[in-house]
Amino acid sequence: MNAAVIVFPGSNRERDVAAALRAGTGSAPAMVWHADTDLPAGTDLVVLPGGFSYGDYLRCGAIAARAPIMDAVRAHAARGGLVLGICNGFQILVESGLLPGILTRNKNLRFICKTQHLKVERVDTRFTSGYQPGQVIEVACAHGEGNYFADPETIERLEGDGRVAFRYCDAAGNVGGLANANGSINDIAGVYSEKLNVLGMMPHPENLIDGAVGGTDGLVLFAGLAKAA
Amino acid sequence: MKARVTVTLKTGVLDPQGKAIEGALGSLGVPGVESVRQGKLFDVELATDDRAEAEATLKSMCEKLLANTVIESYRYDIAG
Repeated sequence: MNAAVIVFPGSNRERDVAAALRAGTGSAPAMVWHADTDLPAGTDLVVLPGGFSYGDYLRCGAIAARAPIMDAVRAHAARGGLVLGICNGFQILVESGLLPGILTRNKNLRFICKTQHLKVERVDTRFTSGYQPGQVIEVACAHGEGNYFADPETIERLEGDGRVAFRYCDAAGNVGGLANANGSINDIAGVYSEKLNVLGMMPHPENLIDGAVGGTDGLVLFAGLAKAA
Repeated sequence: MKARVTVTLKTGVLDPQGKAIEGALGSLGVPGVESVRQGKLFDVELATDDRAEAEATLKSMCEKLLANTVIESYRYDIAG
């Protein structure tokens, strides 16, 4: 399993993702600077970490999405390579056109920072193969702009093609309502690309990789990726 | 050549910041405000005197970067 974590100016979760990859896959990822134009040879998985790339200037992820390395990331995705974008990484994926829709300001205008339950929508993808069908997992939210939006045709297509990866729910698995704090359409917390090789998600699985610090529900995702690659 | 680009949210897209400003205007006692939508404004200087070339450049920069056309629309006005 060869993973590469892209580091943009203003990324701040790249070390947490690297720790999660080490714990889940047994090997350390390459750290790749945004101004590079090539991924390391043999890269299986590219991770775009959370943070505030370019200070969230213009729109979250907008400038990072046009960084030199992103052409290589797009080519990797087009070849069927795995790409995971978390939080700001998800915002970069939608801005770069690798995933549809956009993430806008949280409905309540507040920065949301708390643990969050998610319903795993399907377990037959390379990202979620370690989970049980319908499993409710606990991860962490930390974002100001996580309100997923897309036009009705796009939402219909995503739903029809089973491209919703996770939905916000409560501990009992009830989707939506107060559990959807940012106002995302259809309680969407993560979406897949058409070929299911690109996943963007707002919450942070890399926060939940150690039983001593909240739980290991996030570790399952990284461990599953190691088996899939 | 100078130009001004205005980027605004499309109709129907939720604008919580605009709503908050609207509420603040209400609490300040500013009368008669029916709604507020927040947008962005860019003043751009272009190294050309050719209007058609300037328009092509402006359209390109709006489509590529300044606006996300999933939720935003844009317009540009060339000075003079």
